Amino acid sequence: MSDVVVENLARHWGPTKALDGVSFKVEAGSFAVLLGPSGCGKSTLLRLIAGLETPTGGSIRIAGKDVTGLPPAKRGIAMVFQSYALFPHLSVAQNICFGLEVRHVDAAERKRRLERAAELLGLTKLLDRKPSQLSGGQQQRVALGRAIVAQAPVCLMDEPLSNLDAQLRHEMRLEIRELQRRLSMTMIYVTHDQVEAMTMADQVVLLRDGRIEQDAAPDELYANPATIFAARFIGTPPMNVVDLDDAGHIAETQGGAGALGVRPEDIVVVPHETPGAIQARVESIEYLGADTLIAARKGAGRLVARVPGKAKIEAGAAIGLAWTQEAQHIFDNRTGRRVADPPA
Amino acid sequence: MSKARATIYGWLLLGPAFVLLAAFTHWPAIATLYHSFHSTARRNRPSVYVGVDNYQGMIDDPVFWQALINNFWYAVGTIPVSVALAMLMALWVNEKLAGRTWLRLAYFTPTVLPMIAVANIWLFFYTPDYGLFDQIRGLFGLRATNWLGEPGTVLGCLIVMTIWKEAGFFMIFYLAALQSMPPNLAEAAAIEGCGRWTFFRRVTFPLLMPTTLFVLINAIIGAFRMVDHVVALTAGGPNNASMLLLVMIYDVAFRYWDVAYAATLTVVLLAILGTVALIQFVVLEKRIHYR
Repeated sequence: MSDVVVENLARHWGPTKALDGVSFKVEAGSFAVLLGPSGCGKSTLLRLIAGLETPTGGSIRIAGKDVTGLPPAKRGIAMVFQSYALFPHLSVAQNICFGLEVRHVDAAERKRRLERAAELLGLTKLLDRKPSQLSGGQQQRVALGRAIVAQAPVCLMDEPLSNLDAQLRHEMRLEIRELQRRLSMTMIYVTHDQVEAMTMADQVVLLRDGRIEQDAAPDELYANPATIFAARFIGTPPMNVVDLDDAGHIAETQGGAGALGVRPEDIVVVPHETPGAIQARVESIEYLGADTLIAARKGAGRLVARVPGKAKIEAGAAIGLAWTQEAQHIFDNRTGRRVADPPA
Repeated sequence: MSKARATIYGWLLLGPAFVLLAAFTHWPAIATLYHSFHSTARRNRPSVYVGVDNYQGMIDDPVFWQALINNFWYAVGTIPVSVALAMLMALWVNEKLAGRTWLRLAYFTPTVLPMIAVANIWLFFYTPDYGLFDQIRGLFGLRATNWLGEPGTVLGCLIVMTIWKEAGFFMIFYLAALQSMPPNLAEAAAIEGCGRWTFFRRVTFPLLMPTTLFVLINAIIGAFRMVDHVVALTAGGPNNASMLLLVMIYDVAFRYWDVAYAATLTVVLLAILGTVALIQFVVLEKRIHYR
């Protein structure tokens, strides 16, 4: 079991700062997700931890040992690539055992580990096939198998599910999480998909423009987003964030010192003119089956409410919107950061 | 569309390619075979069927055997070295190094040059006394050598020049194959602690095999098709020491006008090349992974 500590890590290409001042810690045996939009530096961060790129500053420690200057093979890691990086001319068994052969693990031990991994991943009948004879999901499993047999304490994954269809992605999500727990690996997993992050992670490191936006557990990230960016990135649909005027009401025009955030499921639709409710006009309605998304306009702001079942409201109708004090998140519009919650 | 119409369309589409192939490949091949069993027509003696007389004459011809043996050594001397060099150079210029575009261009230059120009450059290199090689040897006090005039050195001279010319050409194919190889294969191997040599032996080399087969076939055909450099440098001499099969066919056909004998030699050349290609495909095909 190894923890991973990243301190003040930076990767600059000339004036471009792909990563700057990134620090976080992943506890041994936990599942950390590096989350962010494309170009935020999450893949670069993973490649730095793997040793495939050299940092321009900062340090990386794995299991207490400084590995910043070590080659990938000496870091005690395994890695699964987005495109799987399977060797096309080798069979499934040869692909899985490639690293063990290179490391001169003896044949009996190789066979034992291969059989275990194949059983774990349901690849037993496919061991003689070539990668080109496998489906996307099966190729993904072979890539996982290669990471498992290495028995490295830390496993890195770079968007491993992005080439799979939605159904398969859902299954693999559960499977990878299950594997990580069973083998008690320390996992660092890169994705741009917030659903993957929320469902799999013990810890989410949200990145933006090469910096950490928030580093927290999924429930904390959801309940207490530290910034407007974090608030808008997490949740389907994401949190409503509208500008506030100086009096603390939803602004009639764009801009204002403060911003108010509220999650769609925390909004209750009440009759128009209800005292204390926000008076708004319905712009669009999206029926999803289990619930309905109602988008309503109030001043310069647009608020989406998630109500259960099928709502009997037409576009253009005047409605009231209400939510509790606790559901409200206040942000500073200039810094983009959360304003400390008022004492209850 | 009716079946008859479809048939007509089919033949019309096939037509141009078929006519060209038939006129310039199939018909000449059959004609060559036909001529090899007939005597050469002279002014008052028309061509007649002579059975295997031409082949018998060929077997009794010491020049033929000399050309065949020369060609064998020429192929053995040029092909492995130029293919290995091509792979090495491709691996090198595929690395991230400064000025690699110029390096690639430099390696490819010999292929771009016209063959006669190449022959002339090397004619200067090999010239006794004031040629490049002898000038360098002169610095060490070694005596002048008539590189192209000695039966013992002339074939070696042709081999060296061919390697110089072919390696850059084959390099382009290897470079293209290397460029299409996904870089994360090397990264995946690096994470496993795979060294450069092991990675080459276990991954790069096997994945280059389709290219190697292609290059090998081209190299062998090239080795038996060599004629222009020999004509420009030595004309097959001295004493047939640099005589190759195609040079001999050219001489027999267009200097002595013995069409029947030239046809006989051509049939033998085609048979050799066909056999080699067949062996390569059958033997190597099974061991090659095509992406």
